Amino acid sequence: MASRCGFENSNDVGVFANLTNAYCITALGAAENFYSVFEAELADHIPVIKTSVAGTRLVGRMTVGNRNGLLLPNTTTDQELMHIRNSLPDEVVVQRIDERLSALGNCIACNDYVALIHPDIDKETEEIVADVLGVEVFRQTIAGNVLVGSYCKFTNQGGLVAPQTTVEDLDELSSLLQVPLVAGTVNRGSDVIGAGMVANDWSAFCGLDTTSTELSVIESVFKLRDSQPSKIVGEMRASLIDSMI
Amino acid sequence: MEPAMFAPVAGAQTFVPHQTQGHVLCCLCGTAIAPNPTNMCVNCIRTQVDITEGIQKQVTVLWCKSCGRYLQPPKHWLKADLESKELLTFCIKRVRGLQKVKLVDAAFIWTEPHSMRLKAKLTVQGEVLNGAILQQSFVVEYVVERHMCPTCNRQNANPNSWVACVQTRQHVAHKRTFFFLEQLILKHGADDACVNIKEMHEGVDFYFANRAHAVKFIDFLQTVVPIRYRHDKQLVSHDVHTSNYNYKYTFSVEVAPLCKVRAGIDSLIPAAAGLPSGRYYTFRIHFSVVEVAPLCKDDLVCLPAKLAASLGNIGPLVLVTRVTNAITLTDPLTLRQAVLEANAYWRTPLKPMMGSRQLTEFYVLDAEAAVPQGGYGHSGKWALASCEVARAADFGSNDRTLFTRTHLGHLLHPGDTAVGYDVGNANLVDPELEKAVHKGLTLPDVILVRKSYEEKRRRRRQRGQQARAWRIKRMAVDAGEEEAAPAAAEGRGRGRGATTAEQEEADMERFLQELEEDPEMRARVALYKDPHFDPAAAAAAAQAGMGESDEEDGDVPQVPLEELLDDLAALGLDEGEEDGEQGGDDGSEDMME
Repeated sequence: MASRCGFENSNDVGVFANLTNAYCITALGAAENFYSVFEAELADHIPVIKTSVAGTRLVGRMTVGNRNGLLLPNTTTDQELMHIRNSLPDEVVVQRIDERLSALGNCIACNDYVALIHPDIDKETEEIVADVLGVEVFRQTIAGNVLVGSYCKFTNQGGLVAPQTTVEDLDELSSLLQVPLVAGTVNRGSDVIGAGMVANDWSAFCGLDTTSTELSVIESVFKLRDSQPSKIVGEMRASLIDSMI
Repeated sequence: MEPAMFAPVAGAQTFVPHQTQGHVLCCLCGTAIAPNPTNMCVNCIRTQVDITEGIQKQVTVLWCKSCGRYLQPPKHWLKADLESKELLTFCIKRVRGLQKVKLVDAAFIWTEPHSMRLKAKLTVQGEVLNGAILQQSFVVEYVVERHMCPTCNRQNANPNSWVACVQTRQHVAHKRTFFFLEQLILKHGADDACVNIKEMHEGVDFYFANRAHAVKFIDFLQTVVPIRYRHDKQLVSHDVHTSNYNYKYTFSVEVAPLCKVRAGIDSLIPAAAGLPSGRYYTFRIHFSVVEVAPLCKDDLVCLPAKLAASLGNIGPLVLVTRVTNAITLTDPLTLRQAVLEANAYWRTPLKPMMGSRQLTEFYVLDAEAAVPQGGYGHSGKWALASCEVARAADFGSNDRTLFTRTHLGHLLHPGDTAVGYDVGNANLVDPELEKAVHKGLTLPDVILVRKSYEEKRRRRRQRGQQARAWRIKRMAVDAGEEEAAPAAAEGRGRGRGATTAEQEEADMERFLQELEEDPEMRARVALYKDPHFDPAAAAAAAQAGMGESDEEDGDVPQVPLEELLDDLAALGLDEGEEDGEQGGDDGSEDMME
């Protein structure tokens, strides 16, 4: 299910939250609303934690992660790192990395298997991304934009990229990521997809301005129509049974 | 050869993959569109934003019913036809809020003239949302309200009400300066803003509706004649609450009397006449007395020793040969020339020793070219000659001849007539002359001023040749005190053996002759073809005359036909002039139009 929410009158949900299949991180806000929307939707299945990163509320843009791990910029304080480590499941590796381009959420986009990174990111960081997140890494741009994390959002099910992306780029990215991609917008025509929404395999959140057209595109490309965590389990069980039989 | 080898390789290295722009769904209606900054289809953008917001859609314009002009705030009244380019420009300027957008098209929508509405369809482009440009058309309605403009208001109330008066005076016996001034004013349209023009004793009064017009007029006068002026104001009323003072102003202009315009406070015409009462009006009534230097062309002047010295020891007996805003003085004995600027003139106001009234006619018996003495400063316009002349009056009674030097060597031949001053016989009263004589100046017997064509002109007239193929325009001048007190005027006139009218006619004739004789002077005024002049008849008369009479009078100066302007009357544009002459109110007539 895709739902709309807003952080203190801002539509940029992706700036203030980071959502993966294993956990959800939200910013510390004055009001509890934003957090409670996520909690209501996700708390039954994954931990939803509130934290700041490097003293800022821009957790979505500063961090990047997936089911396997979470990367934090080197400006993250020790308390924050400790708090995050304590709150996340043990399987999730939390790593603070020394990268000049410290807004990791803007420079890296990933799902549980593949990551696109900013072309200028360090070789070492690239290796850490591959190790910690357990993904295959590609240096890429989205429609000429180097900030791959800002201009696209993809999960294991599918992805949304900025509207300027050409058909050729779309095909290339799609074959790299091995998921269906579509060019689209969020928040009533905004092309910064990554900043405007967060998504995992069974849920998505976007800004309050998002129109029903945009919402329907998101739901269909991320395959959220009738997806519930239980459904995935059901599918897995069915395939397991299939293979066992 | 090498470049040919490398060229395709270089091209191959910069391979540019083919890019196909995809489609996105319009974020509102879901139709597939090419991505744009807003990511909305045009129709959806239209529903979301209105770039004409904040632009006035209804505007009130003021229109004067009697002259058909529109008020362009703050004070300008613009003449424009319905659906004209000018009106559209005016209409667009009146719409507030157009600065924020870019205007790309404008046109009138037809409306019934009686509806008092104008409609203009404007197309504007504006930036919306994330930098997308949107174009939109809208209609602005103009409500035309009637409002009489101040000019028409004054016209209807009292066309002659004035605030400033320029009194131009020259203290000389003739009117030639004013005839010339009249031509200059007409040529330059300096009387456009005149409310009224009145002829007064020794000059003309010009009335204006506001002070600035009067000042502008004086500025014009300063550029054409040597004048000095003074201004005065008279308090008409005073509002204690607002400290508004209400004056009438007079500019007193004096023209140098070598040919003078002077101004003094004379009559007052109440300016407030015809305006609604019950309010305080502030009028400043300006009088200005303009004094024109009393020196005229052909005057004989004796320069004070100091001035003569400052002009390079010219003279001291000099002739005035040209009067513009500066006065040109020529020494007839050495051909040296000096130019006296207006302010220099007014510092040492010269009085003419002898004027054009005292010119005498001489016959030239002999003329011989001479070489001028004194190294510099002589004008190439003149040629020095030694002449033997005889007074025309003496001719037949005695054999007295006089010898003189003259600057007219290039014109005079034995047998010609010339006019000049009979200095030897004149009764001269001039303090400067006395001083000069004390210092050892010897007066010449005769100073010739110009060649005379009087005799030849008379002969031509007798043969019936029409005098002039041209005419000049006249200003519509109200008769002032001159005509108002005819008895006094005639009394003065009789003393000199002529009535004012005759005198004026003679002055006019002399002025016209001056125009014929002096191409430089002619260049400064506008001459028009006389529609009644018949060139064929004139040629025939000349042919007939040629047989019986001498050929010599062929050199009477005439205005070449190519110098003449087509009269406006011939083009059918002269209604204003005709009306003006009848109504005696040219300036106000112009304002009506």
